[in-house]
Amino acid sequence: MSNAMPGPGRRQMGPKSSLKNMDTATFKRLLLCIWKPYKWRMLLVLLCIVASALTGVAQSLFLQTLIDDYIAPLLLEAAPVFTGLLKALGVMACIYLAGITATFLTNRVMVTISQGVLKNVRDEMFARMQTLPVKYFDTHNHGDVMSCYTNDTDAMQQMISQSIPQLISSVVTIVSVLAAMITLSPTLTALVLVFVSFMVYIAQTLAGKSGAYFVKRQKALGDVNGYIEEMIHGQKVVKVFCHEEAAEAEFNRRNDALCENETGANRFANILMPIMGNLGNFLYVLSAIVGGALAIFTGHLTLGAIASFLQLTKSFVMPVNQVSQQLNSVVMALAGAGRIFKLLDEKPESDTGTVTLTHVKRNADGTLCETGENTGVWAWKCPKVNGENNYVEVRGDVRFADVDFAYVPGKTVLHDITLYAKPGQKIAFVGATGAGKTTITNLINRFYDLQDGTITYDGIDINRIRKADLRASQGYVLQDVNLFTGTVMENIRFGKPDATDEEVVRAAKLANAHDFIMRLPNDYHTVLKGDGSGLSQGQRQLLSIARAAVLDPPVMILDEATSSIDTRTEALVQKGMDSLMEGRTVFVIAHRLSTVKDAEAIMVLEQGRIIERGNHEQLMDMKGKYYQLYTGLLA
Amino acid sequence: MIKKLLTCVREYKKPSLLTPLCMVLEVMMEVIIPFVMSRLIDYGIDAGDMNAILRYGGILIVVCAFSLFAGASSGHFAAIASCGFAKNLRHDMYHAVQGYSFKSIDKFSTASIVTRLTTDISRLQMAYQMSIRIAVRAPVTLALAMIMAFQVNQRISLIFVGIIPVLALGMVLIMTRARPIFERVFKMYDELNNVVQENVRGIRVVKAFVREAYETSKFGKVSNDIYRDFSKAEKTTALGGPLMQLCMYSCMLLAAWFGARLIVAGDMTTGELMSIVYYAMQILMSLMMLSMVFIMLIMSKASGERVVEILEEKNDIANPAEPVFQRPAGDIEFEDVDFSYAGDVNKLCLKDVTLKIKAGETIGVIGGTGAGKTSLVQLIPRLYDTTQGIVKVGGRDVREYDMETLREAVAVVLQKNELFSGTVAENLRWGDPNATDEELVAACRIAEADEFIRKMPDGYETHIEQGGSNVSGGQKQRLCIARALLKKPAVLILDDSTSAVDTATDARIKSALKTTMPHTTKLVIAQRISGVQDADKIIVMDNGRINGMGTHEELLKTNTIYQEVYESQMKGGDFDE
Repeated sequence: MSNAMPGPGRRQMGPKSSLKNMDTATFKRLLLCIWKPYKWRMLLVLLCIVASALTGVAQSLFLQTLIDDYIAPLLLEAAPVFTGLLKALGVMACIYLAGITATFLTNRVMVTISQGVLKNVRDEMFARMQTLPVKYFDTHNHGDVMSCYTNDTDAMQQMISQSIPQLISSVVTIVSVLAAMITLSPTLTALVLVFVSFMVYIAQTLAGKSGAYFVKRQKALGDVNGYIEEMIHGQKVVKVFCHEEAAEAEFNRRNDALCENETGANRFANILMPIMGNLGNFLYVLSAIVGGALAIFTGHLTLGAIASFLQLTKSFVMPVNQVSQQLNSVVMALAGAGRIFKLLDEKPESDTGTVTLTHVKRNADGTLCETGENTGVWAWKCPKVNGENNYVEVRGDVRFADVDFAYVPGKTVLHDITLYAKPGQKIAFVGATGAGKTTITNLINRFYDLQDGTITYDGIDINRIRKADLRASQGYVLQDVNLFTGTVMENIRFGKPDATDEEVVRAAKLANAHDFIMRLPNDYHTVLKGDGSGLSQGQRQLLSIARAAVLDPPVMILDEATSSIDTRTEALVQKGMDSLMEGRTVFVIAHRLSTVKDAEAIMVLEQGRIIERGNHEQLMDMKGKYYQLYTGLLA
Repeated sequence: MIKKLLTCVREYKKPSLLTPLCMVLEVMMEVIIPFVMSRLIDYGIDAGDMNAILRYGGILIVVCAFSLFAGASSGHFAAIASCGFAKNLRHDMYHAVQGYSFKSIDKFSTASIVTRLTTDISRLQMAYQMSIRIAVRAPVTLALAMIMAFQVNQRISLIFVGIIPVLALGMVLIMTRARPIFERVFKMYDELNNVVQENVRGIRVVKAFVREAYETSKFGKVSNDIYRDFSKAEKTTALGGPLMQLCMYSCMLLAAWFGARLIVAGDMTTGELMSIVYYAMQILMSLMMLSMVFIMLIMSKASGERVVEILEEKNDIANPAEPVFQRPAGDIEFEDVDFSYAGDVNKLCLKDVTLKIKAGETIGVIGGTGAGKTSLVQLIPRLYDTTQGIVKVGGRDVREYDMETLREAVAVVLQKNELFSGTVAENLRWGDPNATDEELVAACRIAEADEFIRKMPDGYETHIEQGGSNVSGGQKQRLCIARALLKKPAVLILDDSTSAVDTATDARIKSALKTTMPHTTKLVIAQRISGVQDADKIIVMDNGRINGMGTHEELLKTNTIYQEVYESQMKGGDFDE
């Protein structure tokens, strides 16, 4: 039966893939992923696969019994009695039933195993991803990370649910069929083996030829899809420049090239199955001719044996074809599994901090004592060697001492940064892009670890503070606003899941976001999708300010928080921002002077160094870089 | 839908027809094989006649060779037909998108257009190949094998008549039960991917707000739903295999029982019994294949619909019947213009806009987000049509012009601008493909881009990465301005195009535009007063209406909004690179 399925075969016929490229370590690990949680089920499946493969062999062999043991003798009898045959059929029916049950069990249990393994892998992957340092996301393409969850898991699913059981079943079938064939006729078996190795050779040659085309096709496809991606994203620009025709001409050129390479690649994939199927038919015919000759000239073979043998050649060719088809998908799935395991093996963000954040009550004598209630007063709980805890009130005192930092070892981007933010002070950073403004704020929340120097928070080295608690004590409004699918309410509540509706509304009012939220179709219950795509940049930024406001943290970091808000709206937001900043230590990065002018200290950064510092008046008097930036004299 | 898609077959009709034709030939050969084989067994092996064996064997080998040839040809033609179909489809879609108005692009969103042009097309290509191969093969095999079986022996073939409905019914039941679950699962997959994507993109926010545990549990919930539903669907489809075996083995047992009786009674031969067994396998396998084809086709239905949507999108901005090809001068007029992106009079972005601009004037446009600044200027090159009222350029309604003529004369530097992969010079020549190197340099000097381009590794031949990722925001904006200048337009529109350029450079660009292009009407949208204060006239937009219009001094005296903006900005300058 030449089962010419183009579907899965098409993608799998990748460039030269063979057992040699197979990554055995990955394979072992994948098997372990299946084996560990599903040991007994897997054993059951193995047993069932063997049983159903043997049933198939039994079916082929039964032809011989039927013809030689029942039909032939009955033909000779004058009054044939069929009770013996009926009994034999009854036995066969039982064997078949067992086989069907085995197949049923295999399929059912495999569903649980493959889906379960995939779920585990997915969950583990996501949990691990959440612990990875920010650096990982800086250095890895987001699309590549995504494809671990999509393409790679898909490939893995196919391998677990189809390839592995099919491979096992094929091997069992091949071995048992081979054994059955040998018992029937060693001569014919030799013929089959020679012919099948010829078929495998042909298949490999064809696969090798198609491999070259597939590489080209892959490239051409990437070429076309990349072009589509780029040009469609710039479609409006194409239109205002009346560039449609030129764009289309270039598109057609690439599209034609793709068509040519793809036709070449698909042709080989498409003809492989009919060729293999029909070569199987050849073998079937050859076996019949040679078997017939053997029967006539040597008398070794009975009619029933030949009939069974013919049936067996069919059962033999099919798994051989299947194995050669599956190998490609196995290699691909292993590549995918390899990438998944690599993600799972990434080192999580190290966190050796022991100092935690806790609510405290102030005793009459001025000491602090831990409490479960929300008192509005926070303290750092510092464990001491003797097992007792020392409580330090969270006030927002942040100091940098001689901090050096490099994203890549050897390429220092911050040099000797020393600064002191007293509780409630506003510290502003100004300077050109790349001067290191954002980098400094990324050190305060330990997105990155310093190379040299120290940062202390309320007198505690930030390395001693547990990262989660350190970050929980700071509010952020970042340059790029990221919103999440969910209602406006959920988005504002992002950092404080237990915030009441009233708290959320209060925060929104503070950020001046309340008015526009009320104008949304379902006000606070409007569902935002696709990173809040229905909102304007300014509205998104207001939400992000509200999100930080609801946290009510002692330290705020505002990184270009108002860059996308027009100056009139900003004037409105400013009030909210002012009340948001009141009583907190604030680090602010902005290019609008109105935002930084009233800061207690302004740091002018250039190439990772603080070159000027002071308040607005002092810096203006200095007539240095700040003065130049301010007056626009800098060209 | 199918009719629309089939129009893309075009020059590939021949291979599209040859594919199923060769396929039918192959199937015919394949069903002949067991028939001839039964002769070989009966007259050759059973009768002990070597000549008969060789005769029938010879026929069989010829049949096999023919079948191989037909099968391979079918595969060959299928490759040509399906790749060609995909090529034409891709071409048609791309062509359709090129004709889209801004409104249509907004409607679909670029991301969605890209998916339809890539993923959906691949799916349809597969479905097409499947349709002309397997969707033909399965029913033809079923029919021919049945006919042959009845030829061999009618009475025993009645077994099939009994078994086929059982298998068919079972398959239909399985499919109807599994399909809705699968569809639900696919939606959940989208949700899962969405969670991952949001987290990858917003990892800093997640970490900053210490949401890791919450997000992980959110992911776990979706992942669990998928596990539950997918398992349910798969468990249903897992019945297919055993069902198939049940039918197959039943056929075998029945064939053995009745076959034995018929043979003993002399109504059938052993060879014929073997061919019946062979046909049973062919028939049942083809039924399996058929159900698979159905599933595949149903799955690609959604893709088909999405593609047809693109192809059938009506273009609402088209050239007039007798377009004017005369290049307009730079004067602009708005007469009682109302405009809404949705064409809905209750959601107007511009209301009662009436204004007159003389050729060569510099006009500043200022106003808050959502005030209608961008909407206003986009009507001039007819990127959108007004909902009510008339926009005139060069004294003529913009709808009378040939669109290319109009847009060649009205250059827009969009707020969200793009550079394309290619060299700096190639990008600039979008404005004028025939521009000389000197003209490029001249335009770049005006746009203050020449200096930094020369500092780049290969000057004007430096390669720009996709999306212009290797130049800074300010550099990108200046390149985009230079590109627009090369059109030597009658009207130049700068939609907040210098937001990332520092104040001093911005001022130099503006003054260079004034001196080098005195006859070009210049419309400048800006956030900052400093960007427009030297304009001949400044339009203050508020809530879709023109709130005030006049020179900087006039507006400072009379316009409250302008005063407010001025106040807030004069508290301090701006810091920029």
